[in-house]
Amino acid sequence: MKPRLDPFKLLTTIPVIIYSFFLILLPLVYIFFISFFKSDNYGGFEISFSLKNYLEIFNPAYLKIFAVSIFIGLTTTLICLLIAYPFSIFLRDKSQKTQNLIIKLVMVPFLTNSLIRTYGWITLLRKNGVVNSSLLSLGIIDSPLNLMYNNFGVIVGMVYTLLPFMILPVYSAVSKVDQNYLDAAEDLGAGKLRRFFRVYLPLTLPGAFNGSLMVFIPAIGFFFISDILGGGKAMIIGNLIKNQFLTARNWPLGAALSIVLLVMTFGLVKLYEKIGGNLDELGGG
Amino acid sequence: MPNLILSKYEPVSKMVVTKKPGARSQEQVLKTLFIILVLAFLFLPILILVAFSFNESQMNIIFTGFTLDWYKNLFENRALLEAFRNTLLIAVLSTLISTVIGTISAVGFKKYNFFGEKFVGKLIYIPIVIPEIVMGISLLAIFTFFKIELGFFTVLLAHIAFSIPFVITSVRSTLYSFSENIEEAAEDLGATNFETFRYVTLPMIKPGIISGAILAFTLSLDDVVISYFAAGPGTNTLPLYIYSNIKTGITPDVNALTTLMLVVTILALFISSKIEAQTLSRRQGK
Repeated sequence: MKPRLDPFKLLTTIPVIIYSFFLILLPLVYIFFISFFKSDNYGGFEISFSLKNYLEIFNPAYLKIFAVSIFIGLTTTLICLLIAYPFSIFLRDKSQKTQNLIIKLVMVPFLTNSLIRTYGWITLLRKNGVVNSSLLSLGIIDSPLNLMYNNFGVIVGMVYTLLPFMILPVYSAVSKVDQNYLDAAEDLGAGKLRRFFRVYLPLTLPGAFNGSLMVFIPAIGFFFISDILGGGKAMIIGNLIKNQFLTARNWPLGAALSIVLLVMTFGLVKLYEKIGGNLDELGGG
Repeated sequence: MPNLILSKYEPVSKMVVTKKPGARSQEQVLKTLFIILVLAFLFLPILILVAFSFNESQMNIIFTGFTLDWYKNLFENRALLEAFRNTLLIAVLSTLISTVIGTISAVGFKKYNFFGEKFVGKLIYIPIVIPEIVMGISLLAIFTFFKIELGFFTVLLAHIAFSIPFVITSVRSTLYSFSENIEEAAEDLGATNFETFRYVTLPMIKPGIISGAILAFTLSLDDVVISYFAAGPGTNTLPLYIYSNIKTGITPDVNALTTLMLVVTILALFISSKIEAQTLSRRQGK
């Protein structure tokens, strides 16, 4: 018997196969190949095989950028966790209607492009900006503080831009914790902190890890935030890759850096799956 | 002795009775305050931009007086208007296309076993998890490889590329929440695949499609990194306009545009959530 061709099957499967091949797999495989090629210093590359680009990453100047990026990424993640947990736990007490409304409000800032919002932070943080002039006129400080063009400004910008990606999964996990467990813990004499560490935290770990992934990974790549709020003084891996592709025109080195970032990401995702995380819930779903 | 015991107990029970309601409500107030502060933090830079869009002074420092001049200026700034039009057009088109492809693909994943299903199923998570910069440069590299000229079309293609997975996961979560029996019943009664999809599956997964589409639209409006790499020298979208002007100074007509955009998008969201609520209540009514 000849296999019957089902047009509906073709319609619902062919587009996703073509899409995932041409716009996901092929670009990454191509980058993988480029990472072994040799730059010709004119923005092009020669087809060859060498590990030179990967070895170049161990240049102390690049290692320092990796260290700074990881510092900024981890600090941002930690601050987001410290905000998202109390926020979600406090929100649990509100009526369902209020909870839905507030979670929708958390998403609204995304409707304004993040570059525009980062520009808004310049208005707030610069020397004669809103924050400094408010603090000065209140008499809290005598001279304006350096709130941007340093790591502080970059971290404020990162926390601001990425916080919703932490709040959504953490809230979703916290809101699913069974009230009976919390009541039981309270009846047995567990205080607030103990309830948090012994009930909330273990039950919401995949949610927290999901949020941490969605915060940490962008935080080492968002070159526009370090550009604008760090003023070129705080370089992160994102700036380095961008420069290799657009300014230094050394695509092979940029490709090697991207592959390193990619391997790091896949490692973190594997870890997330290991602790019981669901891939479908990544990205706030 | 009994007296002593009583005096020992009394203050404690009094304390419990008197302290509890007061402390509880005070605690509630603090908790609510924390939630409000977090929301204020998220809205702060946007509110500042909105406020300064009505400010007479060109510098976003102090409020000198109310004016609508920047809104007038905005309609004379052709580069900014073009950037805005392109950004909105890309957001609408990429949302439409990725929602259609994402929805039918989610159905395909559930209904069929096909060649490479497992592998494709893994691939579609990649755009959700990889750093945007890696997605951006890999698309730039492949566009260059195929000699596709960078411009409006490549930015649109890139936005479709990163939106599809979000639509698939969103639709899939609703798709798996109801039983296959309903679709099978329709087919047993003689409905073709297309009819089953149109009259049975589609109405049921509508909430998942709408939330997937909203997600795609929001991601497209918010994106900076991928647009930055997928765009050519002549492409003009909002993030690129801002990026190239930020060092020389941005005029308050950008604030005016931000304000207008915010009003329009919030209205659009409000209407779509009303539609979503309506379909939900209609279904519950039946």
